[in-house]
Order: sequence, then structure tokens, then C-alpha cells
Amino acid sequence: MADISIKGLHKTYPGSTELATNNVSLDVAEGEFMVLLGPSGCGKTTLLRMVAGLDFPDEGSISIGGRDVTYLPPQDRNLSMVFQSYAVFPHRMVRTNIAFGLMMKKVPREEIERKVRWAADLLQLSPYLDRYPAQLSGGQRQRVAVARAIVMDADVLLMDEPLSNLDALLRLDFRAELKKIVQQLGSTTLYVTHDQVEAMSLSDRVAVMKKGQIAQLGSPLTVYEEPADRFVGGFIGSPPMNFLDGRITQQGALEVAGQNTEAPEFLARAAARTGGSPVMVGIRAENIAIAERGTEGSLDAVVEVVEPLGHATLLTVDLGGQTVKVQVPSTVRVSSGDKVGLRFDPAALRFFDTETQLGLTA
Amino acid sequence: MSHATTSQATEPAARPGPEVDRRPLARRRRNRILLQAACILITLFMALPIYLIALAAMSSRQSLQKFPLSFIPDNFSTETMQTFLQSTGILGGLINSVQVGVFTLVLSLIVGVPAGYAVARFAFRGRDPYQLFLLFTRALPIVVLSVPLAQLFLQTGLYDSVLAVVLLHTALALPTTILITASVFLGVPRDVEEAARIFGCSPLQAFLKVVMPMAVPGIAAASIFTFVMSWNEVLGASILTLNQRTLPAQVLSSLAESPLAYRFAGGFLLVLPALVFIFFMRRYLTNMWGSTIR
Repeated sequence: MADISIKGLHKTYPGSTELATNNVSLDVAEGEFMVLLGPSGCGKTTLLRMVAGLDFPDEGSISIGGRDVTYLPPQDRNLSMVFQSYAVFPHRMVRTNIAFGLMMKKVPREEIERKVRWAADLLQLSPYLDRYPAQLSGGQRQRVAVARAIVMDADVLLMDEPLSNLDALLRLDFRAELKKIVQQLGSTTLYVTHDQVEAMSLSDRVAVMKKGQIAQLGSPLTVYEEPADRFVGGFIGSPPMNFLDGRITQQGALEVAGQNTEAPEFLARAAARTGGSPVMVGIRAENIAIAERGTEGSLDAVVEVVEPLGHATLLTVDLGGQTVKVQVPSTVRVSSGDKVGLRFDPAALRFFDTETQLGLTA
Repeated sequence: MSHATTSQATEPAARPGPEVDRRPLARRRRNRILLQAACILITLFMALPIYLIALAAMSSRQSLQKFPLSFIPDNFSTETMQTFLQSTGILGGLINSVQVGVFTLVLSLIVGVPAGYAVARFAFRGRDPYQLFLLFTRALPIVVLSVPLAQLFLQTGLYDSVLAVVLLHTALALPTTILITASVFLGVPRDVEEAARIFGCSPLQAFLKVVMPMAVPGIAAASIFTFVMSWNEVLGASILTLNQRTLPAQVLSSLAESPLAYRFAGGFLLVLPALVFIFFMRRYLTNMWGSTIR
């Protein structure tokens, strides 16, 4: 087990002018489960590959457990990895697939056998040890890939979208299992995904990436509740955060769609000085409640679409020309065309600068 | 969801009613029979001459003159084969041919497999011209190449040796070896190779332990191609040798003045080793671990 320290990584792929990673620095503590989250092309896989030694950075440094590994080949870094495509060896049986890394390290035979048995038990692969990967299902193949990675006792465990090729139900199951296994191992883990639910549910900390840079680094709940900018708020959460054009008036009220509601004090004070300023309001669907139209502090709106999801009902609401997603308990009975009032939870309101799109805080 | 009660209506009928159109099924069955028939026809087309040659080679001289010829071996005899094998140069030619075939195979794999890997994996400068250039060796007919080649080999003292023919055949086989193996290496996912690197392999080890075994079917295909090409090649071998003839060259040189039985025996001996070789390489050709191609 070891910590990972990444400093100022620059990487441009040959034939491309865009930076795949742009001055990325990241510290992963010993035993931490760090998730790199971002849309495709944000540089998260490139970052992982550079930690793995499959790609080399143009600039910057990577050290694992205090040892500089920036330009070491992968086999000298003492790490293991789970690939998106599983990358199990088709010409070897499950047993030798799992044992491959240990065999390369020339671990004694009894030791290998013990570890393979342990990993196979843990991942419910014991009945399949003498089969070829082609005889297994996708989920089982993924288990082989995980087993192969965890027997290594490596300093660092890398995972590149390990669940993305599984079907939805299997993914849900395996996600919890993976979390349990990694907690048991306690190894430092760097996990790449574009699935924000996966990131939220697995990680100790999330690094949200965008265009080769880390947009926000924090605990999953912090990233969810206090997005650093509009991109993070829009990327994390299902449905994503609502963004509304608004204004802080000189009188210290928040004006959205021509209607006024209370503004937080730090913005009101600033607005009183400058004579009012435009602001972007962010609020999550579950922090908006439906109220009787015309009640104190509610904004008039019209329901456009009603989507019952079972555990809740998702409404698409028109608020003075802006579309808002609202999540209400499934007990609430509304139908499209209803005129309703919206009540924002003031504690859950987030504000962003209209120019820089960065979050505004006190 | 609200239609849960009505979904009962679509339960499958116990017996398909008369309104079901079964013609597509009949058409499918007919197509399958036609396909089988075509397979049998093509097999016969390939196998019948081989069978007839084998039959003639295994019959006595007298029975060859009979009319009509019988299609079943009624009087089996090794007499024809024995006389053929004892004629001058045949045994030597057989040994030369096997040597040339095996050495050509080994040499073209040693050179061709790494080249195929490079073409498949690396975007090196000049890759496209290189691939085009590969085909140039096959663009010129051997007749054109043979005179300069003979002269070159005479000057270097390689003329009339097994090595000379091996070198020629390797040059002829390399383009196909490289192109076939390259296409198979392309099919080996990069991820798998990278996984091997992560789990402790050097680049060479990753190639030998993971990539090569996965490319076995392609290497087998290239081997068959190379060996059979080398075994059948006559012109180059005839021009580059005088006493160290390969079997086809030897048979060819004495074909005109030989009796019918001799020709059949020669033909049989030429077909047999190639068939045996293909028979043994076949299982590598379809070697897909855990899933059989039949």
C-alpha cells in the first residue's frame, strides 16, 4: 500500500494539439478510494494510463509511495489494473489468468495456489477455475479480471471503467461487491468512470475532470451538494442540477422569472453596493417543492410533463420561460397543464457567476 | 404498466393455426439442402482427382491399361510406387523438398512474424510504402527474376544448393506471411497486451506469452501457405538447381520421357506431404481456446 502523488502532468497525444491532461496535480492518500469522473475525452483515462505507465507524460511527475515512477515501465511500478474490456488472456484458463501476475513475479507455487483459491472464493469463481474465458459470461470474465488484479498485493489498484461493459442489473450487484472487496483489501485505488452514480457510491473522494483539468476535488457529497462550477453541477446528479437565470436586486431580493424570493445575505450585501447584479441560480430537483399557487414565497409555474418513476415523480415545469426539473414524492398528484407554485429550499440554493460559471460562496 | 390485465390476451396458441405462413421455413430448409449439395460438389471436385491419382499410383502397371478403369482398388500393388521411388534423383529430391519446405517455413516465420507485428502495432514512418513494397516481390514473375537470381547465386557460390531455393522461397513467401500475421495481430486487443505489461511482463515477454499464442491461428495459416507454396514451386527451383533438385523440379525434368505410371506416382508423392502438413496444421488454424470452430 502506498500513496500516489501526481504533480503538474502535461500530456499531448501525438497528432493532436489539444492537451489530454493540462497541468493535473492530485494526491491520493494511502488506502484511499479515489474516483476520476468526467465525460469522455476529459483526460481521466489518460491520467490513469500515465499512472499505470502505459503512457508517459510530457511534463510533470508521478510518485507512488514516495518513489518516482514517472518514466518507469509498467512492470516495475508494482501496481495492478482492471481493464474496461476485462483484457483476460483468452488462451489461458481462469486459474492461470488469475495467477499470471504472481507467476511472473516467481512467487512459490503453494503461495500462488493459496492466493488463487482465496480470490476465487471471494469472487465466486471456484467452479470455473479450469475453464477458458470464452466459456464464461461477461460478468464472470469481469470477476476474473478483478481476481487477477487483487491477488497481486500491489501498492496501487487501478480500475478503468470496470463496470461499464456489464448490463445494468449486474452492474448494480457488482458495484456493491467491488466496494466490499476493496474495503477488505484496503488498497489505494484509482478508479475511472463516466458514471456519476458509480463515482458517488464507491469513492472516498471524487475528482471531477473536464477538458484535461480537475474541475473539483472533494467528497462525493460535497461535490454533489456544493458543485464548484456549473459544469460539475450539471454533470453530477440525475436529473442534473437546474440552472436558472436570475438577478439579485438592489433591495436584496432574488428575482427569478420576474418573481421575487429571498436572497442569501452575502449576495444581498454585495448587490446593495453594486446596485444589483445578474446571477445564475442552481438548485437540485429534489430541493424544490410544489405548493399551492399564490402561497407566500412560491413562484408561479406550469407543469409540462409528469414522469412517474416509482420511488418519486419527476416533473418538467415551465417557470416563466425557463425549464425546471422538479422531483416530488410519488404521492403528489399533478397532471400536465396544472398551474402550481414552486418553493425552493433556501439552504439548497447555489449561486454561480454568470460570466465565469464558478460557484459563489460567502 | 396499466395494461397488465390485458397482456394475458397474447398468450401463445397451443398449436399454430392454419393461417401461419410456413413457406419461409420450407424455403430455409431448401436453401440448407442446396448449400449441403454445393459443399459436397466442391469437395468432390477437389478430392476426386486426388483419389484417382492415388488409385493409379497404387495399381499395377497392367491394370492402368484396362478399359474401363475401375473406381475401386481391385488389385492393390506398390509396384509402381517402388519403381518410382527407386528411379534416380527421386529420393534425393524428396529429401531436398522437405528440407527446403521446412527451412523456408522457419526462416519466413522468423522474419515475417515480427514484421507483421510491427506493421500491425506501430505507426512507424514509411509504413504504407513498406506495405506496398512488400507486394513488389510478387509483382514480378519468377521467369523475369530467375536469370538475374541464377547469376547472383552463381557468383556467390550458392547455386545448386538447398539454401539457394530456401532463400528464393522465403522471399516469395514473406509478403503473404507478413500480411496474414499482421491481420491477426490487429485482432489481438491492445488491452490484453497492456494487461500483460501491468502484470509484470517486459515488452518481449508480453509478445511471447500473450500476443503470440493468441495469433497462433494466423501463424498456422501463414505456415500452411508458405509450406505448400514452397512444396509446389517448380520454376525457381528448376532454374536455381542442377543436381540438388527439389521433388517437383526433378519430376518436371523427367516428365516428358516417363511412362504414365511414373507420372501418377510422381503426382501422388507431390500431393501427399502437402496434405499431411495441412492435416496437422489444421487444428492450430481453428485453435480458439474454449470455443470450437467446426
